[in-house]
Amino acid sequence: MTLLSTRGLSKRFAGLHAVENVDFDLPQGQVRALIGPNGAGKTTFVSLLCGRIAPTQGTVIFDGRDISRLPAHKRINLGMAYTFQITSVFANLTVTENVALAARRRLRGMAMVQATEQALAQVGLEGRLDQNAGDLSYGHQRLLEIAMGLVQHPRLLILDEPTQGLADSEIEGFMALIRSLAGHTTILLVEHNMSVVMQAADQITVLNFGQILAQGSPDEIRADRAVQAAYLGTG
Amino acid sequence: MEIGPYLMLASLEGAVTAAVLALTAVGLSLVFGVMRVVNVAHGEFFMLGAVLAWWITSLIGGHPALGFAVALLVVPVLVGLLAAAADMTVLKRVAYDPERTIVATIGILYILQQVTLMTYGADARPVEPPFNTRLALPWVEFVGGKLQLYWPWGLSTTSYKLAVIGAAAGVLLGVWWGMTRTKVGLLMRATQMDRDMALAFGIPVERVYALVFGLGAGLAAMAAVLIVPIQQAHYLMGGDPLLLSFIVVIIGGLGSLPGTVVAAILIGLSDGIISVFFSPTLAKILATLLVALVLVFRPQGLFGVRRA
Amino acid sequence: MSDRAKTVLLHGGLLALLFALQFMLPAYHHGNLARVMVLASYAIGFNVLFGYTGLLSLGHAMFFAAGMYGMGLAVQVFDAAPALALVAGAGAGLVVSGVVGMLALRTAGVAFMIVTLMFAQAGYLTILYFGSYTRGDEGFVIQQAQRILWGIDLSDPTNRYFAAFALFASCLLITLWLVRAPFGKVLIAIRENEERAMMLGYDVFAHKLAAVIVSGTIAAMAGAVYGLLFGYVGASFASVQYSIFPLLWVLLGGAGTILGPFIGTLFMFYLIDLSSGITTAYMLVAGVALVALTLFAPQGLAGAVRKRIWRGLP
Repeated sequence: MTLLSTRGLSKRFAGLHAVENVDFDLPQGQVRALIGPNGAGKTTFVSLLCGRIAPTQGTVIFDGRDISRLPAHKRINLGMAYTFQITSVFANLTVTENVALAARRRLRGMAMVQATEQALAQVGLEGRLDQNAGDLSYGHQRLLEIAMGLVQHPRLLILDEPTQGLADSEIEGFMALIRSLAGHTTILLVEHNMSVVMQAADQITVLNFGQILAQGSPDEIRADRAVQAAYLGTG
Repeated sequence: MEIGPYLMLASLEGAVTAAVLALTAVGLSLVFGVMRVVNVAHGEFFMLGAVLAWWITSLIGGHPALGFAVALLVVPVLVGLLAAAADMTVLKRVAYDPERTIVATIGILYILQQVTLMTYGADARPVEPPFNTRLALPWVEFVGGKLQLYWPWGLSTTSYKLAVIGAAAGVLLGVWWGMTRTKVGLLMRATQMDRDMALAFGIPVERVYALVFGLGAGLAAMAAVLIVPIQQAHYLMGGDPLLLSFIVVIIGGLGSLPGTVVAAILIGLSDGIISVFFSPTLAKILATLLVALVLVFRPQGLFGVRRA
Repeated sequence: MSDRAKTVLLHGGLLALLFALQFMLPAYHHGNLARVMVLASYAIGFNVLFGYTGLLSLGHAMFFAAGMYGMGLAVQVFDAAPALALVAGAGAGLVVSGVVGMLALRTAGVAFMIVTLMFAQAGYLTILYFGSYTRGDEGFVIQQAQRILWGIDLSDPTNRYFAAFALFASCLLITLWLVRAPFGKVLIAIRENEERAMMLGYDVFAHKLAAVIVSGTIAAMAGAVYGLLFGYVGASFASVQYSIFPLLWVLLGGAGTILGPFIGTLFMFYLIDLSSGITTAYMLVAGVALVALTLFAPQGLAGAVRKRIWRGLP
């Protein structure tokens, strides 16, 4: 069953085609990686999905429902969660309160407290509950972002460059986390780190100049001439 | 009087208002455009201009034109220096944060106003105009199918009022020339476009800011010197020019100088004409509501172009 | 001691102290404190929007005046009983803040400040324009006979003190509960990072609108009670100055703290009271305080306590 799809999705900024006529389908339960050279339109594309920016043209369908006109907060309430590429935590609030804010939309009371603690434990931040989020190291802030996504128990988790700035050991932990979610949470992963992509993703979509260049399993993508050309800049 | 001459008189009075308003509002607009901050104390710099003009003219004595000429030259500079000092001691230290700047300039507003009350007092005092010839104005009428000039009773203006309009126009042209044709103007425009880029290119942004803030206040002070022979100096006179300048700057499109001038002429003229037909309070209510609604529904101003 | 116990002790202690002071203060300060408590309630309302939601309104006098005139005109024109008049005042605040919120919240930052300032100015001028009912700048007096609420004469100093205390205590407890409830935590989240709050699925506009309405209605209630307790309704309470006052009080006491509005109002009230004995230019104090606070102590007094002594101060 398809959880998310787009038809003819386009976004132009003052004449620049950031995303152009993208037809995209994401089946339920899949871990999909979205890759492409810098400026290929990856972040714009996921921002269109979750409603941070409005499309110039095209439709977004989530769980069989056209959500193209819904404001962002309503899309999130349908079961999407989004983690920001540029870390965007509540810097002056504690680590716990950051995650609790994400949990409280769905849960109250003890259930909320437990879900918060569990999500923080999942990303390995259980020792820093009362610190201000702004005092965390960059890598820990990235993990906090992920915890804020996890605690929402989303049907679709959109992770925009989650491993950027993480240490190798933290990336290991992140991979384990993705594996533990695989099957019941659909994940759309924008990622630069190719070893993460190749290991974690079931399927890969390659974006170039705002258009879909290729799509397939990690092995297929690795063998694709057009993808190699795009990455080497000779296409 | 018939309606025709009446309207002409109202437009002339309106033109004087518009001229002074344009100067004051361009000062506010300049500060907002280049520094991206709102100076709530702008009206108090206007008030200071009027009060200092009274002080200088009464100090000098002799022919009224002498004291007035000195005031016109010295007062804007004094007020501008004071404003630049306020910029360097207060605004710079809140890093031109838009919201904290508003709070700080509200504080400056009360300080200037209340210090004036303590020193100058609560009286309204007049300044004698340097020259003030009454000029009767003609109007046309049909007599026996032919157009004929006549001089309706009460339709007149003064040479001084016409001079105010001329002087304001001259100063505005000067500002425009300074902004577009001089090096200082270039630095200002560069800072306005991109502060960080300007810094990177070695433009002394902080000095440009102090200059712009001083220039903005100086324009308001000059407007006040021009109007004070018509209006009298009073420590609470800053409220109306502040409000009207806000209206003009917002309707003209924030930070756009030509838009500001057009809006000042529009508001000044219509203020004169509307108050012929409506109560001034009602006119003010409608004007403030208009501004609020323009900001809500057309934040780029009535004449501005929406930015991408 | 747990955070909860400390919170109860601190705020309960202040209320107990204010209650007890009724029996100890000399008449002059007794009357002043009643006034301070009503004005502090106004500041508490302002703080919900400014301190907790991060929206700086420069037009709160229109809400205060909506309450005051809603109450006053109900008494003066329709001869309403005080209880009903207070409801009319709060209702007026609710409606005005709802409408102003719907419009002004389409803007943000500096534009929001100017829009609220303009609406308040239009409100002030409207009061002057309808001078035949409002008596304009001069205002009107609410007679002693019209100030008897449920058989209690509110012009009597003791009754007045208790009425002011009741208003202040309820505003304080309501906001204390509000900012610790999930709703209040979302407001804080919006203040800290609006886009993130939106991307966690919160309807930012609806929360902001609710904050404007809560804030405006508390301010209106304070205005209505002020008019009733001190027997006077006048246009000066709708002027810009009365929009600046709550900002000054809250900045001084500490924005985004429950006790800040009271501390700031108390300090500034006595500062202005003392200086108006010396000079007519007493607003100079307000000007100097505003500049000094923005420069040196943007967190205010209670904010400094939160930073240095107890981080959990609500």
